[in-house]
Amino acid sequence: MAAQTDPMLPRPFRIEKVTHETADTFTFELSQQQTNGNSGFDFACGQFNMLYTFGTGEIPVSISGDPARPQRLVHTIRAVGSVTRAMKKLKKGDTLGVRGPFGSAWPVQQAEGNDVVIIAGGIGLAPLRPAIYSILQNREKYGNVVLLYGARTPQDILFEKELREWRGRFDMQVLITVDHALGTWKGNIGVVPDLIKRVKIDPDNTIAMVCGPEIMMRFCVIGLHNRGMEHDTIFVSMERNMKCGIGLCGHCQYGPEFICKDGPVFPFSKIRTLFDIYEL
Amino acid sequence: MENLKSVIGEHPFMQGLDEHTLDTLVGCASNVRYNAGDYLARMGQPAEHFFIIRHGHVSLEINAGPRGIIGVHTVEAGDVLGWSWLIEPYKWHFDARAVELTRVIALNGECLRKKCEQDHDIGYALMKRVAQLMEQRLTATRMQLLDMYGTHV
Repeated sequence: MAAQTDPMLPRPFRIEKVTHETADTFTFELSQQQTNGNSGFDFACGQFNMLYTFGTGEIPVSISGDPARPQRLVHTIRAVGSVTRAMKKLKKGDTLGVRGPFGSAWPVQQAEGNDVVIIAGGIGLAPLRPAIYSILQNREKYGNVVLLYGARTPQDILFEKELREWRGRFDMQVLITVDHALGTWKGNIGVVPDLIKRVKIDPDNTIAMVCGPEIMMRFCVIGLHNRGMEHDTIFVSMERNMKCGIGLCGHCQYGPEFICKDGPVFPFSKIRTLFDIYEL
Repeated sequence: MENLKSVIGEHPFMQGLDEHTLDTLVGCASNVRYNAGDYLARMGQPAEHFFIIRHGHVSLEINAGPRGIIGVHTVEAGDVLGWSWLIEPYKWHFDARAVELTRVIALNGECLRKKCEQDHDIGYALMKRVAQLMEQRLTATRMQLLDMYGTHV
């Protein structure tokens, strides 16, 4: 684990590479500027960092890189607010403040020996990518591995090169859909929960990991449950207004849980009753 | 005909239908093949058929004028296409284009309607399945309308 004495103190990271994934989404590869002899950034799949753009603000962003390659800290960010729009203007060589890693992880070890169904919507593929890397690196420990991914349009598909690679593997099923498309698109059109009926699921031996807009996750959970899966084998990643990252400030309180500390990844059984409360 | 009957009976949409109903449906059915780019349906044209997709991939499209042709849904093997044959004025509300070589069983809509009128048990069995299909499509359409992945999320 990278040395960290004060979890509220951002550490400076240098932007080593910027990749423009789509028109509004980009990926930073970061390296630690003050290493104290340890330049790696260890994290668990599904965890997030607080990224600080000096003079603008701090936001939570999931780690989207490979946990087996801790030399580079990787974040994929969508420019939707003032901080993320400011981040989009940053270039190679600029500095970001980083606090973390925080939060719970995808159950990649718990899933060993089981089939795995990964369902991502939109930018939700980014927090799941570390889990996909990890599972594929230990592919022999898992049964069938399925990735279902939904995006708004074909132009909004993230990590297209990797998706092609994963789809080309003989040991992984990848289905992609978009909400709508021009006539030149030859792939699926429709919402990602509809893909669930297209894959084989052994409900007693499957772990599902779901990340995307809450409404998407809701219908995915229904779809998986209709296929016989229990709620304690379905994991979702929740998003709220994380501020401190360590469960002190209360901004991300979700019923009795703090998303930053107890989540963001939860077995659905743990938050099932909260999911239907509109005010939370 | 026996082959057609077993194909219809094994299709997920038709599962659970009794022998009598399957025999009746076979009387309205034919095997049809569409090459990539062929249209199974055109907006505004009479909805003469209801399609059981056996193989391939069909894009449901709407001509959005200046925005071009917009794909709104796709169906593939295991799905069915079309309920306009059942609802007056029996006209398609979208285009359906084969994205790749597509094999279907086409059920003649007029033939089906007549048999449903003659035997309400068959009509009810089909109506239940079509209603479920409509509910699924309506839910999916509502989710699409929400624009889940838009910047407001």
